[in-house]
Amino acid sequence: MSLEFSSEAKKKIAGLCERYPTKRPVILAALHLAQKEHGHLSDDALKLVARELDLPYAHVYGVATFYTMFRREPGGKTTIRVCTNISCMLRGGYDVLDAFEKKLGLKKGESNKDFTLVEEECIAACANAPAVLCGTKYYLDVDAAQVDEIIRELLRIPHPESEVV
Amino acid sequence: MPAPIGTKLVTARFGNEEAKQLSAYERLGGYQVLRKALAMRPEDITNEVKASNLRGRGGAGFATGVKWGFVPKDAKDVHIVVNADESEPGTCKDRELMYWDPHLLIEGIVIAAHALKAVHNYIYIRGEMMREVVVLQKAVEEAYQRGYLGKNILGTGLECHITVHRGAGAYICGEETALLNSLEGLRGQPRLKPPFPAIKGLFGNPTIVNNVETLMNVPFIIEKGGAWFNSLGMGRSGGTRIVCVSGHVNKPGVYELPIGISFRQLIDEVCGGVWKNRKVKAVIPGGSSMPPLDESELDVPVEFDALMTDERIKPVEVVPGQVFDMGGGRVLRTMAGSGGVVVMDDHTDIPKATWRIMKFYAHESCGQCTPCREGTGWLEKVCRRVADGQGKEGDLELLGTIAHGIAGNTICALGEAAAWPMMGFLTKFRADFEAKIVKGRAA
Repeated sequence: MSLEFSSEAKKKIAGLCERYPTKRPVILAALHLAQKEHGHLSDDALKLVARELDLPYAHVYGVATFYTMFRREPGGKTTIRVCTNISCMLRGGYDVLDAFEKKLGLKKGESNKDFTLVEEECIAACANAPAVLCGTKYYLDVDAAQVDEIIRELLRIPHPESEVV
Repeated sequence: MPAPIGTKLVTARFGNEEAKQLSAYERLGGYQVLRKALAMRPEDITNEVKASNLRGRGGAGFATGVKWGFVPKDAKDVHIVVNADESEPGTCKDRELMYWDPHLLIEGIVIAAHALKAVHNYIYIRGEMMREVVVLQKAVEEAYQRGYLGKNILGTGLECHITVHRGAGAYICGEETALLNSLEGLRGQPRLKPPFPAIKGLFGNPTIVNNVETLMNVPFIIEKGGAWFNSLGMGRSGGTRIVCVSGHVNKPGVYELPIGISFRQLIDEVCGGVWKNRKVKAVIPGGSSMPPLDESELDVPVEFDALMTDERIKPVEVVPGQVFDMGGGRVLRTMAGSGGVVVMDDHTDIPKATWRIMKFYAHESCGQCTPCREGTGWLEKVCRRVADGQGKEGDLELLGTIAHGIAGNTICALGEAAAWPMMGFLTKFRADFEAKIVKGRAA
């Protein structure tokens, strides 16, 4: 099925194209927008980006599969990124990840309709470890005992990453 | 004399939610230095930065003014690209700097752009930093509206543009040529050097890639002079330095400090000591890619040159008795890196901590060079089995030689970023690794 961008997204892409000498540098922004509007980067979504920027499909595929924030499969409304890298690990990051896995019934990398759970590499919040990132929202100095409350809050107010493009 | 503890330049507005708005920033004196800079000759700005001994705050510690000097005199279409892809484990300053003081960054960029005659400039910000993307985009819009950016800055006829360019998740894009490839719409894989970006960088044009903290220091240098800035630091390192302290201390934090404070002072006086009344076991001095210090090495200052050359720091070995040769007979002690200081107490499982660092580099290797793509994977696997008590005799020598086989044999420094801490932890804490192997065999 052929996909389309909204007129708003098309306008945004056109505006960005003016900031660079060619259209190719706009690929990351266009992929972020495609993921926002179509939920994930299916083959059709990649074709849409290729068409919009006059790029070969293979190039778009290559770029989309290089970066970890692009997903080829559907995900939940909120992506929960739990840092377990060294600074967070030293202060209980793995306990926090375990708590999310248990409470959500998801393994890292898995999704349900509300959440995608990700074991994240360092999110630059080391002085407030362990840290969890959900869209524009940071949870800092997290204790495994707070995980229930965080999940309840995110069910009430999701923080989709797609809000920012 | 180094600046006293408490001297704040780039973190002065931390905690002030209003300061990120243009009106408040202007009220606090913001963009006044830009007016001064626009009246200066470009080469005079570069000369002040040279005199300041400002060194790059991203990791390598290269002299900023010297780097600017590499741009050819008659160059056209110069770009400044801000490296805001902060992702070195243990480092958490640029994210805070952009969140609290986006206009200081913009002011620094415009001053640098005048010095380098750069018109089209980009802030490459890490994809995960969504909150900071929003803050920066708003600040850039405000700056355009008030004439600090655009085709005719403050009526001077100078043109300067900034575009916020969001990444999408890849540690390697913090490497400056991978960043340029990513910005050009490619996979973020590093380029062979030379040519260096100052000669042939973004879109084939001369490009200066500078870290966020580095550029945010520029307005202070222009305001008060390079000599003044230099006097705040020590040796060939001017100014203050942000250190991000994490791990097992009572008060972790992002601290702006005089360059030259010792690690022991940093931990005891600034960070309230080690938590739970424990002792220090290991300290990573500048992000997870740097070899660690042990407890006996903490009197060394937090300074670029000292960490590389101070003889109180034991040289890193490949295997016991074989010192790692950096080339030309130079030994590797450690480096100040990105300012990420990670403190580990004496209850820390060092092999497990090392494994977590190896897991990171194995995940982030871009796959371009065989020694790194394959080597980081093996470091992770072998380190994991040692950490799990399943290590085999010879595993520690194997880890040392794999690391040695990566270092120096790759296009970019990610290879070293994995190899150095592996060899470093083995050099300083070999008994901890050996104990795991003995236990594994006994079981």
